[in-house]
Amino acid sequence: MNRLLRLRGVGAILFAATLLLLWQVLADFKLISPVFFPSPLRTVTELVRQIAEGLIWAPLVATLQRMFFGWALAALLGIILGAAIGSSRTARDYLEPLLEFLRPLPASAIIPPAILFLGLSNEMAITVIAFGAIWPVLLSSAHGFATIEPRLREVAEALCLSRRQLLVKMAVPGALPDILAGARVSLAIALILAVVTEMQASQPGLGQNILLAQRSLRSPELYAGIVSLGIMGFVLNHALIMIEQHFLRWRSVTA
Amino acid sequence: MARRLHGWIIPVLAFVLWELWSHAGTFPIDTVSRPSDIAVAGARGFADGSILLATWETIEAALFGLAIAAVLGILFGVILGLAPHLERVVGPSIDALRPVPSVALIPLALLMFGFGLRMEASVVAFASVWPILLVTIAAVRAIEPRLLEVARVLELSFASRMFKVVLPAALGRISVGLRIAGSISLVVAVTVEIVLNPRGLGYSMIAAQQSLRPDLMFAQLLWLGVLGWGLNSAMKRALDRWPGSAVPEEQP
Repeated sequence: MNRLLRLRGVGAILFAATLLLLWQVLADFKLISPVFFPSPLRTVTELVRQIAEGLIWAPLVATLQRMFFGWALAALLGIILGAAIGSSRTARDYLEPLLEFLRPLPASAIIPPAILFLGLSNEMAITVIAFGAIWPVLLSSAHGFATIEPRLREVAEALCLSRRQLLVKMAVPGALPDILAGARVSLAIALILAVVTEMQASQPGLGQNILLAQRSLRSPELYAGIVSLGIMGFVLNHALIMIEQHFLRWRSVTA
Repeated sequence: MARRLHGWIIPVLAFVLWELWSHAGTFPIDTVSRPSDIAVAGARGFADGSILLATWETIEAALFGLAIAAVLGILFGVILGLAPHLERVVGPSIDALRPVPSVALIPLALLMFGFGLRMEASVVAFASVWPILLVTIAAVRAIEPRLLEVARVLELSFASRMFKVVLPAALGRISVGLRIAGSISLVVAVTVEIVLNPRGLGYSMIAAQQSLRPDLMFAQLLWLGVLGWGLNSAMKRALDRWPGSAVPEEQP
């Protein structure tokens, strides 16, 4: 079995390597346009150069920072609003139709009014990111709070817990798995919107770098930017999966 | 019934306050506009057809991209679903592409296709192919093995095996992937327009904002909201009727 797994792993690597090699050869012999598809080697060289000269860090950090602030704001507001909607019938009646209308709205459509009110600023970008990234957290938090085990409610009543204690000691841990899963989806959206705002509003960051590389037809740089964003998305997703597992250890023990 | 009305209170109140406040002297009417002006701008936009034209341009690109994504996603999904060994070899390469944010490809698409429908559709296709592909692989894997055995015993040709057994059996689940891809496609189309493609609703919103027509911009924003909401609920209703598509309810 172990050998079979290793064979498959080798097969997968060979397949990816063959694709890249094919690309390299086609690009070297100019069978595909080097402007549209620069060879993988040129892209890697460019990426290594950027890392070696330290050019990549400033835009990388700027994008990460913007994404993180927007995401944190979305998570905070999403959890609070979700808790209100999930645990109070009144809040749901008043807010749900409005949220149902806002949710399908493309987050990037908020950019023009956001520019109107906040200008081409970092605050504008963070507002747009927060608006787009709030929905997964909000929905999962509302769902988590709405589905507290009825028996836990009875226990809370029997123990004469106050409403706040019920929230902190039972509702929040109960809703946590949903919220963390929602937060992971939100982070992917936040990264996308960070890139969008950088492109549209000329905020410094990887998104702007890619656009500038395209404008000056420096395609290896363009590909290097896309690759770094892909790696970033991959690493962030896996980091959050690890955090999720860490926080939810108690579940596998009790289950 | 009274409960349904509660949902209107906050938005209506907001619009009324906005209108009233806009008649006060210090209100920055040039940048923020007021609800009555927005209604007039919206009515004009519909009357001269400019909003409908922009809407069609956006939907055209979204549908074009979605169609490419559906063909590629279902084709490769069926192949990879029927051949698990192949999937294990190709899968990691696909997984490596997936975390790339679709919007990062906007400059690349611009480089290849220039401004216009094709670059927008290509970005939409890249963004919406993933849910279709993944759902199709899972759907084909979940087909009752005995159905495939029957197809083999009947010595059906490849084409009739596809169209008489595999696709009908998997279509219910595939439709779930199509629905997810459908809402992604509209969002991505508008995003591409907002960022740089000079066509469609996204671009006309940015253009209205830059030419100091906040009334028109807000009218288009509201229209976009109505459009997204309408498409969302229409798709939900259509797929609820579709047999075999147990759409997991995302609402709390």
